[in-house]
Amino acid sequence: MYGGGYIFDEPNGKQLREEQQHDDPGKLEAFEERISRGEKIEPGDWMPAEYRRQLIRLIEQHAHSEVIGALPEGTWITRAPGFKRKLALIAKVQDEIGHGQLLYNAAETLGKSREAMINDLLSGKSKYSNVFNYPAKTWADVTVIGFLIDAAAIVNQVANAKGSYGPYCRALERICYEESFHLKQGHDAFIELATGTPAQKTMLQDALNRWWQPIMHFFGPPDKTSQHSEKLMMWKVKMASNDEMRNQFLDTYVPKIWELGLTLPDPLLRKNPDTGRWEYTDPDWDEFFRVINGGGPCNEERLQVRKWAEEHGRWVRKALMNPSERHALPVA
Amino acid sequence: MSNESLDPRVNRLKLDDAGTVIRVEEGENWNVYEVFHQEKRGARHEHVGCVHAPDPQLALVFAKEQFARRKKCVNLWVVRSADILAFDVEDEDMFANNLDKNYRDASGFKVMEKINKFKQSK
Repeated sequence: MYGGGYIFDEPNGKQLREEQQHDDPGKLEAFEERISRGEKIEPGDWMPAEYRRQLIRLIEQHAHSEVIGALPEGTWITRAPGFKRKLALIAKVQDEIGHGQLLYNAAETLGKSREAMINDLLSGKSKYSNVFNYPAKTWADVTVIGFLIDAAAIVNQVANAKGSYGPYCRALERICYEESFHLKQGHDAFIELATGTPAQKTMLQDALNRWWQPIMHFFGPPDKTSQHSEKLMMWKVKMASNDEMRNQFLDTYVPKIWELGLTLPDPLLRKNPDTGRWEYTDPDWDEFFRVINGGGPCNEERLQVRKWAEEHGRWVRKALMNPSERHALPVA
Repeated sequence: MSNESLDPRVNRLKLDDAGTVIRVEEGENWNVYEVFHQEKRGARHEHVGCVHAPDPQLALVFAKEQFARRKKCVNLWVVRSADILAFDVEDEDMFANNLDKNYRDASGFKVMEKINKFKQSK
C-alpha cells in the first residue's frame, strides 16, 4: 500500500565507494547489460554489492511503511462512522499488514533476515515513510490518508513495479491491485465529506490543510538536492525522479480536489500551461528532515506501539516455536 | 510514558519508555514456507510467495490469509523453503537447447518437399 517515495539513507558514502570497487568489472558490465535489455534480476543472480544494499534498504523501508502506516488508520476502526466504513477500514488495514509481509519476503530474498529488519525498525536505524509521523486527529484525516496518501503511494509503486528486481516487482503488482480498492474507498469517503454538511466540509478542509505539506514531502526532496539518483535510476532501482512523481501526482489529484470545491493551502499552486508542470511553494524541507530524524509529532508513539506489539506478541511466537525448524531464505 | 496520544486505544496500552530496547531473536519469526496457489480444481498450483510459520499447519492458515483472501482459490500448498532443491542459478546454460536437434522436432521433417520433388521427376 503506501511506499515511502523518499528513501532515507544515512550518509556513509565513503564505505559505499569502497564496496563498489570490489565488484568484478566484467560481472558488473554483464549485469548492467542485462538491466538495459529489460531483464529482471532474480534472487541468486550476481548483483553489485551496492545494488543489493540499496534494494534491501528500499524494500525494507517500504515494508516498514506499510506496517507503521496501518497504525494511524487502525486506531480509527473503532470510531469509523458507520458499519460499511468500518468493514472497509478493517479490510484495508489487513491489506496493509499483508503488504508488509509480502515486502519483507521480497527483501529477505536479498539475504537480510526478517528479525534483522524488525530490529532495525525498532532501534530507529531503518526509516519508514515520513507521513506516518503525523497524527490522524479526526475521521477526515483518515479519509485524506485513504485517498491522497494511497494515491501518492500508487504513483510511486506503479513506477517501481517496472523496476529491475523480480521479487519486488511481483510483490508490487499484487500490492497495486489491492491498493486500487484503498484509493477507491478513500475517494468515496472523501467525496461524502466534501459534499456533506457544512461541519463535514469544514472537517475535511481542515484535514486537507494539515496533510498538504506531508503530502508534498511524500515524494522526497527536489531532484536538484537528491544524492544518488543517477546510478539508482540506471540500475532501475529508482524508476522516476522525485519531482516527476510529484508532478504526476499533482496532475491527477489536484483537479479531483478542486472539483469538489475544496482549496489547497498553497496560493502559488497552479499548472503552468506552457511547461505542463506544476508550480508550488516549496514545502519546508528542514521540517522534513527534522521529522524523519525522529522529531515529528508521532515518531515516538508509532515506534512505541510497534515495540509494544512485538513484546506482547512474543509469548505467542515462543509458544508456537518448533525447535526443529531451521531458518531458511525464500526461494523466489 | 505519560501518553498524550490522540488515540484512545493507544492510551489504554501501557506503553514502555521510548528508550526501551526490544530485540527480536534470530529465528523468532519462525521459518519460511513457499506457498502454491490453485485457482480452480484441476489447474496447476502456481507459486505465489512465502509466509513465515512455525509449522506446516499454521503455514497453511497464514497462506490462506495472505494469498487467498482476494483471488479465487480452491486449494493451497505449502512447503518448507529449505526442502526445495534447485539447480544453481549460475548453471543456467546447462538447459540451453542444441539448435541442431530438429531431427526430434516435427518441423525437422519436410515430407511435402520430397513428395513434390518426386512428382515433378515423373
